[in-house]
Amino acid sequence: MARIGVFVCWCGSNIAETVDVKEVAKYAGCLPGVVISIDNKYMCSDPGQRLILDAIQKEKLTGVVVAACSPRMHEVTYRRTVAQIGFNPYMLEMANLREHCSWVHPDKRMATEKAKDLVRLMVEKVKRNQPLYNVQIPVTKKALVIGGGIAGIQAALDIAQGGYEVILVEKSPSIGGHMAQLDETFPTLDCSQCILTPRMVEVAQNTRIRLYTYSEVEAVDGYIGNFQVTIRKKARSVDIKKCTGCGQCIQKCPTKTKSEFDAGMGIRKAIYVPFPQAVPNKPVIDRDICLKFTKDRCGACQKVCPTGAINYEQQDEFVTEDVGAIICATGYELTETHIYPEYGNDPDIISGLQFERLVSASGPTLGELKRPSDGNAPQSIVFLQCVGSRDPLAGRPYCSKICCMYTAKHTMLYRHKVHNGKAYVFYMDIRAGGKNYDEFVRRAIEEDHAIYIRGRVSRIYRKGEKLIVLGADTLLGAQVEIEADMIVLATATVAPKGIEKLAQMLGVSYDLHNFMCEAHPKLRPVETNSAGVYLAGACQAPKDIPESVAQAGAAASKVLGLFGQKELSREPIVAQVNQSTCAGCFTCKEVCAYKAIEIREIKDKKGNLIKFVAEVNKGKCQGCGACAATCRSNSIELCGFTDSQIFSQINHLTDGVTIEEPPGEVPMDAEETQGVSEETEKERLIEKPALAGQKVKN
Amino acid sequence: MKKIKDKPQESEDLLLEKDRLWQPRIVAFLCNWCSYAGADLAGTSRIKYNPQIRIIRVPCSGRVNPLFILRAFIDGADGVLVSGCHPGDCHYSTGNYFARRKFALLKRLIEFCGMDERRIHFSWVSAAEGSKWSQVVNDVVNAVYQAGPFTGFDLPVFSKETEIETPADLCKQGPERFAYSIDLMSRTGKK
Repeated sequence: MARIGVFVCWCGSNIAETVDVKEVAKYAGCLPGVVISIDNKYMCSDPGQRLILDAIQKEKLTGVVVAACSPRMHEVTYRRTVAQIGFNPYMLEMANLREHCSWVHPDKRMATEKAKDLVRLMVEKVKRNQPLYNVQIPVTKKALVIGGGIAGIQAALDIAQGGYEVILVEKSPSIGGHMAQLDETFPTLDCSQCILTPRMVEVAQNTRIRLYTYSEVEAVDGYIGNFQVTIRKKARSVDIKKCTGCGQCIQKCPTKTKSEFDAGMGIRKAIYVPFPQAVPNKPVIDRDICLKFTKDRCGACQKVCPTGAINYEQQDEFVTEDVGAIICATGYELTETHIYPEYGNDPDIISGLQFERLVSASGPTLGELKRPSDGNAPQSIVFLQCVGSRDPLAGRPYCSKICCMYTAKHTMLYRHKVHNGKAYVFYMDIRAGGKNYDEFVRRAIEEDHAIYIRGRVSRIYRKGEKLIVLGADTLLGAQVEIEADMIVLATATVAPKGIEKLAQMLGVSYDLHNFMCEAHPKLRPVETNSAGVYLAGACQAPKDIPESVAQAGAAASKVLGLFGQKELSREPIVAQVNQSTCAGCFTCKEVCAYKAIEIREIKDKKGNLIKFVAEVNKGKCQGCGACAATCRSNSIELCGFTDSQIFSQINHLTDGVTIEEPPGEVPMDAEETQGVSEETEKERLIEKPALAGQKVKN
Repeated sequence: MKKIKDKPQESEDLLLEKDRLWQPRIVAFLCNWCSYAGADLAGTSRIKYNPQIRIIRVPCSGRVNPLFILRAFIDGADGVLVSGCHPGDCHYSTGNYFARRKFALLKRLIEFCGMDERRIHFSWVSAAEGSKWSQVVNDVVNAVYQAGPFTGFDLPVFSKETEIETPADLCKQGPERFAYSIDLMSRTGKK
């Protein structure tokens, strides 16, 4: 017979304020099967947990209900606690009295009624819990890092340092990401490439890191510790083994287009290396514009290549890799510069990243600041912050985070190039939280004389050589009109286009703005809801370089922690097939998203085939229960959420005490009704053998 | 909580009486990853909503057998809500798609049976949508309140000795009875 203990938590005043905890505990004590019911100020505290352990031992409990906060919060805590004394952790359930009751219902009477119901439902469920034991699964000790920006590079290096193999996949021809495009970095003004390129070379030279550039993740299969990843190596049209990187092909190529690396400010050839320090420093042919592919002419690169590395026939190649963990470091993009129609679409209105290329020594102008329209040095520049971000009407209410700092940096870089130039900054608020950040902005204002104007810009239009900026200075309460030679917009940081496809492949949820979601915003910032998949860098939210690097290190340490285990212990919330009733229709196989249902032959003693039945691979099963809801013969149960557990909860929606009475007795509120009441009808149904599983047995 | 067995006449006095006595009882099946977390978020954000809802946690909306919903009505619920992750965002990749198809069918069946469609609701609430959750609950409670107490599946004398009627017989007796017959059919052959 079930011996259940109910432990009701006050959570200080969080629950006790709107729920009469004492009454709930008293009520729970009267429920059939409950032998002990206690309340405590803080159940999760050490003395509170002690209470539970003592009660289990003293009362010889078979099941425990903790009525406290959300199971998503503390279920693990309590289950771990009871496991210490050898009590099966899966015989403990939580009733959510805080998040789902006391915090949301101000009416004390109603909240208390609801709390009683929630406790009753859980008591009924726990009566039908079965002891479950964790599943042990092996771990492939190799990691996949998606994205070769600074976050991906850092994560790959850290895991390799820990002694495990890493596969780094980058979709563009070279690793480096946005950081390689930057000129100097805040708050130290050190050269971005000087600190990044050594790390890129380290990646190339590290024997534990396998680099797939110009490649994309095509499919992800499997589960934590045992992922199978299909990587598509896009056709480079250059044999990377034969190529020496001499660059003769690039010199001879006649076709030109805007360079992505220079953010459209410079040009590149159809066969190109994105930038001189690229890793790997091997060219790739852009098939969309190459004459050989568009018009079947030219072929100059093949003629001049001394090693015969050019191969026009190369096809996309698919590689499958087994990995145990995945780090997603796919980074960010910037919005277009012409997102506001009132700002127009002038060539001298550029984005922060384009400005970065214009002032960069490796940029299209070799570091000389020239404005795009006529190539003159701009004598005044207006920088606009929050273009597209912090704008709920544009659908981006979030702060892009990096712009305040890089705009301050830009004003400094500009003043260092054009000493008499005027730098105006229109800002909403300056958000310079970070080590030495506020000092940096102050330096831009005090030492480099950037003129900061608090307000927004309503219109930009061209008047001859100049661009006229109409704005408001909200501190002075005046309108401002500024003549500028160039405008730099701090455009919003957004998630890369099409990233939701990758997120779905990885089983990671993403928010309204397509940034990937962490498992918990504060306590599990690098893990995701998909076990074995971790996040690093700006794919989660806008981040600057130090934060991205820190998160990459954290994600790497999570992977190393996973790989440090001999075997992985997994929750036993998996499906189970009753093979004696399974008819072998395999509808379950159709609905299983994890290919966890396998076909098994049942043979008699002589080896004759009797039937085929379904079998669940416990390593692959994630416990969604789609099979259990689909099975036609009711032969699949999901451990922890069995039909009988859920039915018992449904069964006791209305006060469960009435069904305890022997049949034939008049139900409590029968006087209100004529003839046969609903309750007697229910009783009768409960009596039916078909529902024996849900009947309360004591 | 006491329940009125017969639907009151639509006179004002009785409506007032109904207001005083009857509160709808609604069962919500929430998937663990999105909607349950969304309801948690409503809690942590202290967004108030109607207390007439009882939440049953399931791993995925795909776990919800249509039978759970019918069973809930038999066991005294006046309305049922099933909520899962937004399409495309299922923690288990495709569970909510199966749920959606099943419920689309069930909803049509239930309407066909003449049951008030305001009693049964499906929604997608993500873990980030605490305020949407409270909105959904209030909307559902309102809708069920409008629909009134659920009195269906209320069969006349039906003792052990009586032979089980065939679903066809039940169909003839009235629309809401048909749903009951479906339930009977599905339970025959249960373990």
